[in-house]
Amino acid sequence: MFGYLSGSDHDLYSQLERMRREMDAIFSGQPGRAGIRSVASGSWPAINVGASQDRVDVWVFAAGLDPTSLDVTLQQNLLTISGERRITPPEGAELYRRERFDGGFRRVLTLPEDVDPDRVEAAYRDGVLHVIVHRREEVKPRRIQIG
Amino acid sequence: MSEQNVTENTQASAGEEATLIPAVDIFEDAQGITLKADLPGVSRDRLSIQVDKDTLSIEGDVQIDIPDGTEPLYADLRATHFRRSFTLSQELEADRISAQLNDGELTLHVPKRAEVQPRKIEVKVG
Repeated sequence: MFGYLSGSDHDLYSQLERMRREMDAIFSGQPGRAGIRSVASGSWPAINVGASQDRVDVWVFAAGLDPTSLDVTLQQNLLTISGERRITPPEGAELYRRERFDGGFRRVLTLPEDVDPDRVEAAYRDGVLHVIVHRREEVKPRRIQIG
Repeated sequence: MSEQNVTENTQASAGEEATLIPAVDIFEDAQGITLKADLPGVSRDRLSIQVDKDTLSIEGDVQIDIPDGTEPLYADLRATHFRRSFTLSQELEADRISAQLNDGELTLHVPKRAEVQPRKIEVKVG
């Protein structure tokens, strides 16, 4: 009788998505080994890591970060990124939804072993922290003459 | 690094590329409704806010610089398009929406018509 009312997320997709999330939570964990420093699926912020021949790129999708709270350190090939995003609700307002993450985060990523800790750049723009870690120059194989 | 995580907020509709549902906070006060959305990676020129009748749609495209030859090692985010819609009610002035985008954080304000006053309804008990 009540059919489709717009009081909450009623559509079929949302219900399926919620069920999938609950199933994931119960059966979570890949069949395999998780990194010892890894975090739970869906943690904030989302992070993507890509590697090319001469560098490793890390993108941290964190909107509204407080730039003074950002800390990026590289120790050998362990990259630690931490920061804070605080949310202050407006005074005297009624709340309907609070989905955005409020608080601090710290992620530790194990990068490929040939990264160079002396050549790291980081920039924060449009809510994305982009860290570039250059890789050490490849030691080229030396051809040995047989004389 | 070999972990691969699936994002919680990925949605694929038939015939469309996967879209992300941005997290939002929604508040209401006497002036109107304030909506804040996380759209990391979306710059102003890639943000689209539309009102069609009573539907407010927020869309944004994520753009990050990926150098040639980059192979993914780990990805929490696996889509590049944000989209979310809401229905607005009559007393909200959709044509006076204001929007600001800073560091991937969108702040939308939808004002309420001034003349709408809440009328308290008496509840009979017993």
